[in-house]
Amino acid sequence: MIVAEKKPVEEIIEYVKDCNSVLITGCNECVTVCEAGGKKEVGILASSLRMYFVKEERDIKIDEVTLERQCDQEYLEEIRQYVDQYDAIVSLACGAGVQFTAEKYPSAQVFPGVNTSFLGVTMDRGYWTERCQACGECILAYTAGICPVSRCAKRLLNGPCGGSTQGKCELDPDLDCAWQLIIDRLKELGQLENYERLLPLKDWSKDRAGGPRKTVREDIQS
Amino acid sequence: MRLSYSTDIKIIRVPCTGKVDILHILRAMEKGADGVYLVGCLEGDCRYKTGNLNARKRVEQAGKILNNIGISGERVQMYNLSSGEGPRFAKFAQEMEERIKALGPSPIRTQLQNKEVA
Repeated sequence: MIVAEKKPVEEIIEYVKDCNSVLITGCNECVTVCEAGGKKEVGILASSLRMYFVKEERDIKIDEVTLERQCDQEYLEEIRQYVDQYDAIVSLACGAGVQFTAEKYPSAQVFPGVNTSFLGVTMDRGYWTERCQACGECILAYTAGICPVSRCAKRLLNGPCGGSTQGKCELDPDLDCAWQLIIDRLKELGQLENYERLLPLKDWSKDRAGGPRKTVREDIQS
Repeated sequence: MRLSYSTDIKIIRVPCTGKVDILHILRAMEKGADGVYLVGCLEGDCRYKTGNLNARKRVEQAGKILNNIGISGERVQMYNLSSGEGPRFAKFAQEMEERIKALGPSPIRTQLQNKEVA
């Protein structure tokens, strides 16, 4: 899932302080699961903004809506009939949702309500960690299902580096060395020969380094 | 016991303080309440194990939000007592009343009333 964090309310106040009407849009997908931009967070932000502007003697209309997804056209269409009534939209979706909203409604001012952080997993309630960098060429088959691209600070493909000490990364004594995890798991699986295999130079053009990416599937296009 | 406490306090009964959502607290403040406090069972004595602990976290979160928008987070509080402690209930009510009186009326209520008059 895409993990995001709520932006401080002060920052959002700064965005919308000159508006007279604001629509806050949540997203029912990833940001709901990581409790940053779902229906609940939309309600909390709307309530906070209403209180702030009433206190400041400002008469601002603040409405709420939570869409199934903001990264799909059909769900974004749901707000088309009334989106013109607002001076600004604060989208609590990930960066993709915020941009798609802005793209779909070119005349609307769209502001982000969250900081999109990473692709990760839920370790526990309120605790998420990174697992994938969307590098475009998955090598997990050879690394015991542990990704050195996202979990090694240096993104080493044939690690570990000299900074690995007692299973921890030199960056942070609480951070596991991804390559130590890989070696330990390969050992457990009896696949240490995979560690001997030198991974070839990675084609980073499939990563962000190659510029913005797109996927076209002609077989399912209509 | 016939203990007396302020009549300004409106009691809303819930099955457990764990039922109280942060939005309930914020909406009450938004509608002009001068303060909101939850009175839950003693910590460790929750019939649902963690209801009162969750409630405390929500109160703290609501307090932070209020501070961030320039309204004192002191206006929301969490208290704990056992069901046999009537005098403590009255004491908490008095304590909350004193706290709110010291803080003065909620700026939101003042503005809402001004709006009504206009």
